[in-house]
Amino acid sequence: MSVLVYVENADGKFKKSTFEVVSYAAAVSDLLKTELIAISIGDVKQDDLSNLGKYGAAKVLNVSSDKLKNFVNQAYASVIAEAAKREGSSVVVLANSFTGKGLSPRIAVKLKAGLADAAVELPKTDNNTFTIKRTAFSGKAFATVELNSEVKVIALNPNSFQLKESGSISKVEDFQPEFRDSDFRTMVSEIVRASDKIALPDAELVVSAGRGMKGPENWAMIEELAGILGAATACSKPVSDAGWRPHEEHVGQTGIAVSPNLYIAIGISGAIQHLAGVSSSKTIVVINKDPEAPFFKVADYGIVGDAFEVVPKLIDAIKAYKAHS
Amino acid sequence: MKILVCVSNVPDTTTKITFNSDNTQFNTAGVQFILNPYDEIALARAIELAEGGKGSVTVIHVGEISSEPTIRKALAIGADDAVRINASPRDSYFVSAQIAHYSKDKGFDMILTGRESIDYNGSQVAAMLGEFLDIPSISIIKKLDIDSDKTSIIREIEGGKEHLTVSFPFVASCAEGVAEPKIPNMRGIMSARTKPLEVVEPTEVDQLITFTSYSVPAPRGSVTILSQDETEKLVSLLHTEAKVI
Ligand SMILES: Cc1cc2nc3c(=O)[nH]c(=O)nc-3n(C[C@H](O)[C@H](O)[C@H](O)COP(=O)(O)OP(=O)(O)OC[C@H]3O[C@@H](n4cnc5c(N)ncnc54)[C@H](O)[C@@H]3O)c2cc1C
Ligand SMILES: Nc1ncnc2c1ncn2[C@@H]1O[C@H](COP(=O)(O)O)[C@@H](O)[C@H]1O
Repeated sequence: MSVLVYVENADGKFKKSTFEVVSYAAAVSDLLKTELIAISIGDVKQDDLSNLGKYGAAKVLNVSSDKLKNFVNQAYASVIAEAAKREGSSVVVLANSFTGKGLSPRIAVKLKAGLADAAVELPKTDNNTFTIKRTAFSGKAFATVELNSEVKVIALNPNSFQLKESGSISKVEDFQPEFRDSDFRTMVSEIVRASDKIALPDAELVVSAGRGMKGPENWAMIEELAGILGAATACSKPVSDAGWRPHEEHVGQTGIAVSPNLYIAIGISGAIQHLAGVSSSKTIVVINKDPEAPFFKVADYGIVGDAFEVVPKLIDAIKAYKAHS
Repeated sequence: MKILVCVSNVPDTTTKITFNSDNTQFNTAGVQFILNPYDEIALARAIELAEGGKGSVTVIHVGEISSEPTIRKALAIGADDAVRINASPRDSYFVSAQIAHYSKDKGFDMILTGRESIDYNGSQVAAMLGEFLDIPSISIIKKLDIDSDKTSIIREIEGGKEHLTVSFPFVASCAEGVAEPKIPNMRGIMSARTKPLEVVEPTEVDQLITFTSYSVPAPRGSVTILSQDETEKLVSLLHTEAKVI
């Protein structure tokens, strides 16, 4: 028995969300009284691999191969499923990231495993059942699913589990998978990453703006606010539909669902479809000139006022705060 | 080129989500169901690619007879024909196993799904289908172009984009950017009534997961309203009270 966690890297580096997933998987392995094994695919430094021990991995399997330099979900899924079989893993944990979403369903089918995606809590194992809480209805609700299969796959939502340092350095072993040619039918030609931007899906702080900003030319202050906070930028659907902002910033029921620690909504009315994707944020700040805007009903803090006056003042206030701390 | 588009039937986006008294079932009373918004994007791209005699578009849905209006809508938008697997769509594993079983020997070059269904948001069907059929699957794509038999795709990744190529057959799940949804015109609506809709009985599939209960997020405490001039106070509250900065 063991728990296997896939540790995703971006350009050879682990992000905080990876440590979250390892911390979570370590808690799952505690619950099941078994050990945690991590599997990494790609070129990650030895030190970074052995550091995963700090978050609870007893052993790290390292798969480094030219064939797997770029992400090919079929091949990656095969490697992870093979490792799960060889290590007798009863639970496989992954991040519910863009990459994870392409992997976890394939792994679940390979292992004939029940899949709990978008998980937000540790499983409960009362009375010989294995249940997990996950988000559903685009953030408007939660569903509890019972996994009845022998092997189980869990895809953890970003920002839903605290990092926990528990162990020390772990040992790293090379893992040699068997390759199947038929797993290599996609070819990555290019990866474009905006390195100066914080990725929205797993951002801890988000500054979001809507139609109240009047036009794309007014986004400089939104970006400045996000910049000094170290936040990702987001927008409402009409804003991306109008081409003021790229589609990948669109949050809500038909966009990305986010659950940051802080969500600042500027000039967004708070339509039900928008709220669906943001209401699980821990703290919500709303800036809107209309005191009747529905968004105030789900906010923790609200400023009734004109964004064009409030945002510059807020930027100054944060600068002053940062200067003192 | 034969294209299969998977469509789901979901509660309208304005739906207030409630459950029955013991929280074990979604309360569908008074809920209007629609064609999943992401599936409209997948369907629109399929129709564009097939236009001008370049191919055919079949839509497939796993669901009961009550969802036929959604299938007819897809036909009205421009699909050539439709298949309904006559079973309640228990979970994504069940749905993808049914679609795989139906499509495995039908020679589809491309299977498109939506990025996710807006009710269960699994984003699972495309990749599961790919695995059942042992063909590539690309999740959450933003662009899809075909040049002879090579397909170029752009997929979303954290903080960026990945460009890739794939050969037929494959599955891809479509997000915004792939196409603009199409609105059915009068001719489409009329012809949808007579386009073929085949009903197929389901095959047996193991049940690996069960939805046991539901809940809604806890309501927030009351909001603290500040004036235009209290931005410093807001920053201090975010630091000392909310502890988020
Ligand atoms: C099928 C479907 C799916 C949808 N999915 C989504 C989704 O995923 N995400 C999403 O966001 N929307 C979605 N929508 C759209 C949603 O219904 C709303 O139309 C949208 O969220 C409104 O965007 P908004 O708040 O930016 O604009 P508006 O509703 O126009 O609100 C603008 C707000 O700005 C305020 N304002 C104006 N000027 C200022 C100023 N100077 N200073 C401060 N405040 C100002 C106004 O008081 C108003 O409250 C969907 C709709 C449908 C039909
Ligand atoms: N019952 C269904 N019948 C046909 N296709 C479906 C069904 N449910 C989901 N899909 C397809 O799978 C996609 C992803 O769904 P999901 O995995 O539930 O998020 C949807 O956008 C549809 O294209």
